[in-house]
Amino acid sequence: MTMQLADSVSLSPSEAKARVHAAAARNNLRTEPRAVRIVIIALAVLFLSVFVVLPLVVVFAQAFSRGILAYLAALAEPEALSAIKLTLLVAAISVGLNLVFGLVAAWAIAKFDFKGKTFLITLIDLPFSVSPVISGLVFVLLFGAQGYFGGWLRDHDIQVLFAVPGIALATTFVTFPFVARALIPLMQEQGTQEEEAAISLGASGLQTFFRVTLPNIKWGVLYGVLLCNARAMGEFGAVSVVSGHIRGETNTMPLLVEILYNEYQFVAAFAIASLLAMLALVTLIAKTVLERHLDEGHARDH
Amino acid sequence: MSAIAARRRTLPGFGLTMGLTLSWLSVIILIPLAGLFLKSLELSPEQFWNILSSRRTLNAFRVSFGLAFAAACVNLVMGSIIVWALVRYRFPERRLFDAIVDVPFALPTAVAGVALTALFAEKGWLGAPLAALGIKVAFTPVGIFVAMIFIGIPFVVRTVQPVLQDLDPEIEEAAGSLGASRWQTIIRVILPSLGPALLTGLALAFARAVGEYGSVIFIAGNLPNVSEIAPLLIVIRLSEFRYADATAIAVVMLIVSFVIIFAVNRLQRWAQSRIPAR
Repeated sequence: MTMQLADSVSLSPSEAKARVHAAAARNNLRTEPRAVRIVIIALAVLFLSVFVVLPLVVVFAQAFSRGILAYLAALAEPEALSAIKLTLLVAAISVGLNLVFGLVAAWAIAKFDFKGKTFLITLIDLPFSVSPVISGLVFVLLFGAQGYFGGWLRDHDIQVLFAVPGIALATTFVTFPFVARALIPLMQEQGTQEEEAAISLGASGLQTFFRVTLPNIKWGVLYGVLLCNARAMGEFGAVSVVSGHIRGETNTMPLLVEILYNEYQFVAAFAIASLLAMLALVTLIAKTVLERHLDEGHARDH
Repeated sequence: MSAIAARRRTLPGFGLTMGLTLSWLSVIILIPLAGLFLKSLELSPEQFWNILSSRRTLNAFRVSFGLAFAAACVNLVMGSIIVWALVRYRFPERRLFDAIVDVPFALPTAVAGVALTALFAEKGWLGAPLAALGIKVAFTPVGIFVAMIFIGIPFVVRTVQPVLQDLDPEIEEAAGSLGASRWQTIIRVILPSLGPALLTGLALAFARAVGEYGSVIFIAGNLPNVSEIAPLLIVIRLSEFRYADATAIAVVMLIVSFVIIFAVNRLQRWAQSRIPAR
């Protein structure tokens, strides 16, 4: 800015004017007439408002349509509380498992060179492109009464389907890529120099990981956990297939939304939905903040 | 090159972490998916064909694939407009609208489903005025279309946005100063550079819409042969204990997803090979 200023001061007025004109002409080459600009902005804003903002607003409007007391009463129902508890439990299990997997997989993939790396990443990404219903179905085919391990499980009296293990498994499947995908590019970019220095100074592998690698990737870990958790708590299709919908036992929050909605208990359904919507909003805000941290780290490296 | 590889090997833990990664990947993802394919092999080709060619299955595929494609096309057009507005123009609350694009990613699908249904039902905020015009959205295939547009929009925006941001302004200036009209510059210069990203966005939005369940089933009406999507038919067959039917439908959908992943990977490679080093 100051450079430009100094530059224009040394120019004669007519020259400066000519420069301004040239800059304006260059900008004109890259933009559209005012009317077109207004139409495009209006279309974008209108579309996002109708398709994205309004559905969010409707959730809260419906949840509070009978007042705040009805809202709180709906959330205090034993069925609601047990759904909230189950959702937190399942999210804790699958986020925990995927966090450990993500760190281990990112170490192997980002810090070493080997053949078939791209293919391995594609395999880790698979759950993103599998329909949620199919993600649940595969576990029914494995652990259901007619499934490959169904007989064995029955003989040993182990309940997987229609119980917490099945719900946790399906959720883990669906959220599998999140942490690993957040960490792999980040760790690849950071290279291996710092770790190599630590090792050559005599640190053990685990010490190196916890003292050198982990501090460098902490924002990335948080980012992955955040997205993983949001999906784990909100998953519907996969969980719906394996849950068995046993009231007060195997209904997560999204499943309870469906049941209450189908029973025309709209305030209760939207009250639970509003909690999930708040989770989504908090996740988005935290994600924006974390992205800023990640960008700053990125800028510092270069 | 070999020196680099040798140096990289000085870090410990490759064998252990790779072993754990492959085992865990197999247990959670590969074995369950392989189980689905194995199960489908238990069906005779004739059985398989009978399930897939039944009227109800065919109609479910038609509804899912047809509407998903239509919705992905709408997403392609509207997504491009949104990207253009977000990247090229300044307007009030631009950053807020930029953040809002991610809501369909973050909002649980069941919540989106009940919200869209409430919005577009005959007494809803948008459903009522539309009903006055004689347009019924909720509980018709149009409702499925609307839900699929909702969940697909971030895929196009987030794929195209970074590419438009990184586009070299000089090519456009060159086209403009050589006498191309603005419209010609957009069609002949900008659009081709965005091509791979646009196609990738279209493919991702389509893939997501085909498999989508939660946000669609509430608004769909779920009338067999009319507004019944393929994922719902899988759920129905499972609840009837017709595992063979569920498996056959699922295998077809899974193969379609794999083809799309493959196509997207190729598209990405193509895009990378086209971009000159800057």
